Amino acid sequence: MLTVKGLSYFYNPERLILKDISFDLESHDILCLLGPNGTGKTTLLRCMLALNKMKSGSIKIDGNDLTKASIKKRAEMMAYVPQATMMAFPYEAREIVQMGRVTHLATGGSPSKEDWRLAEEAMEKLGILHMSRHLFNEMSGGEKQMVLIARAMVQQAKILIMDEPTANLDYSNQIKMLQVIKSLAEQGYSILMTSHFPDHAFLACNRAVLMRDGYIMAQGLPEDIVNTENLTKLYATPVCVTEARLDFQDRMIKVCIPVMN
Amino acid sequence: MKIRSNDHFKLKIILLGCFTLALFLASFLVGRYAISIRTVIDIILSQFINIPQYWDDTLNTVILQVRLPRIVLAILVGGALSVSGASYQTLFKNPMVSPDILGVSAGAGFGAALAMINGATWWEVQSVAFIFGLIAVIAAYTIAHFFGGNTITVLILAGIVVSSLFHSLISIIKTLADTDNQLPSITFWLMGSLGKGTNSDVLMMLPALIFSLSLIYIFRNQINTLAAGEDEAITMGVNVPLVKLVVVVSSTLMTVSAVSVCGIVGWVGLIVPHIARMLTGANFSKIVVTSFLVGGAFLLMIDDIIRGVEGVELPLGVLTALVGTPVFVFLLSRVKKGWT
Repeated sequence: MLTVKGLSYFYNPERLILKDISFDLESHDILCLLGPNGTGKTTLLRCMLALNKMKSGSIKIDGNDLTKASIKKRAEMMAYVPQATMMAFPYEAREIVQMGRVTHLATGGSPSKEDWRLAEEAMEKLGILHMSRHLFNEMSGGEKQMVLIARAMVQQAKILIMDEPTANLDYSNQIKMLQVIKSLAEQGYSILMTSHFPDHAFLACNRAVLMRDGYIMAQGLPEDIVNTENLTKLYATPVCVTEARLDFQDRMIKVCIPVMN
Repeated sequence: MKIRSNDHFKLKIILLGCFTLALFLASFLVGRYAISIRTVIDIILSQFINIPQYWDDTLNTVILQVRLPRIVLAILVGGALSVSGASYQTLFKNPMVSPDILGVSAGAGFGAALAMINGATWWEVQSVAFIFGLIAVIAAYTIAHFFGGNTITVLILAGIVVSSLFHSLISIIKTLADTDNQLPSITFWLMGSLGKGTNSDVLMMLPALIFSLSLIYIFRNQINTLAAGEDEAITMGVNVPLVKLVVVVSSTLMTVSAVSVCGIVGWVGLIVPHIARMLTGANFSKIVVTSFLVGGAFLLMIDDIIRGVEGVELPLGVLTALVGTPVFVFLLSRVKKGWT
């Protein structure tokens, strides 16, 4: 569905930020992009969203070159879920969600009944419908993140780009978020997310890309590539990937633990 | 559960419209010539339909040539400055900016004064004022962009810098102006007054105002997404450079038409959008309407006070500051939760 090939980016030609990045994303995929701070993950997302112009390479969706698509066309194929921040003004949650319909509105027109129904449906699916009139700035980090996902859903793009959807969330909200991401993938969305938790690759993702210093160190199934050796190299810190037994379910899961020596 | 229920936006706008209309009619009663509301309505209607004249001819002049243009101008100027302020605030994601804080008013004031001492026509004054208004807002934005990463405070500081630059240039113009005619008229005009407004002022202001308001109204939903930030607006499919151009050109044009009619009137563009947000929420597509009505009514009330005070014509800018500052402090205490 989405194919990125040979993407590179730099501010200064002497110092490449992204080097020859290639990967692809099918529908129902959840791809987890892992890597240390400052390794170019956010820049990669920005290049894909046309916020930064890539210097070479190609991005194609179903064979169509995305660099040639208009901003409007791109928004119909790809939606962005940013990290939750404060709004400068006291917006209600439903108004933030409704913003996602902006490309679908007729010039000079107002949101129709159908636009509101879609917003309602998205909020219902994410379990935040009862908060539709709450002020966005007064919501918790997890709730804000759900509002931003709802906004991306009403945009009706099949690819969701999520910038650290589990950052700043407690355990319960992290799990809730991963469940939402999984159910979105089941509904047919393709999801590209960045994360600082390699564990999340095991919990929710079916693809992992390890990125270091602007190049892809490894990519593939999380079970294959998220291991002690790769993570230790990736973060330049001893990380142990081991198995933990869930006593109450009598099953083994993989966990990642940073080690302090 | 319907997420649109309990909104009442249309009802609120109708109520605000009725209030503004009532205020409009009541404003004809303020002044030296006593007159009944009935007569006022009949005089206005007699322009459109045939009503036998039972009033004095002087009243025709007072109502139609003196009070009508002044009242209409107060509504248009107040509405224009408020919509302009609301647009700048949304564009810059900054609740503390307004045409006067960004330096647009001072820039336009300088341009207009420069044209005036050179004996320019009305259209030339407008054009020069527009160019300098644009220069001011672009300068403020550029300074903030390069030196402060666009934070709220730095944009305000940049606006203050630009504003004081143009205020000092205005002072230079004043020292160059001929002290018998030009200086008094420039000084009086800059302090702000609707007292000299005529029907032709209204007619000359209208095209620019209708053009800007329509542009902003057509793009209201796109402008609204800018409140989430330019990058997010782009990912939602909004043509951000075009929308920014629309906002900057229209808001500056509205400020310029206001400034060239009645000088630099502060505070309206800053506080009215906040009052509008308290009434109908932060959504730009709503506050563009609410701001116009509230701003028009607000400036009309202030001008009524000026007209009601016998014997002295207080400057408009002074009175908006007098009323605006306590209102602003009150707003700060009410909405601080939404600002960071």
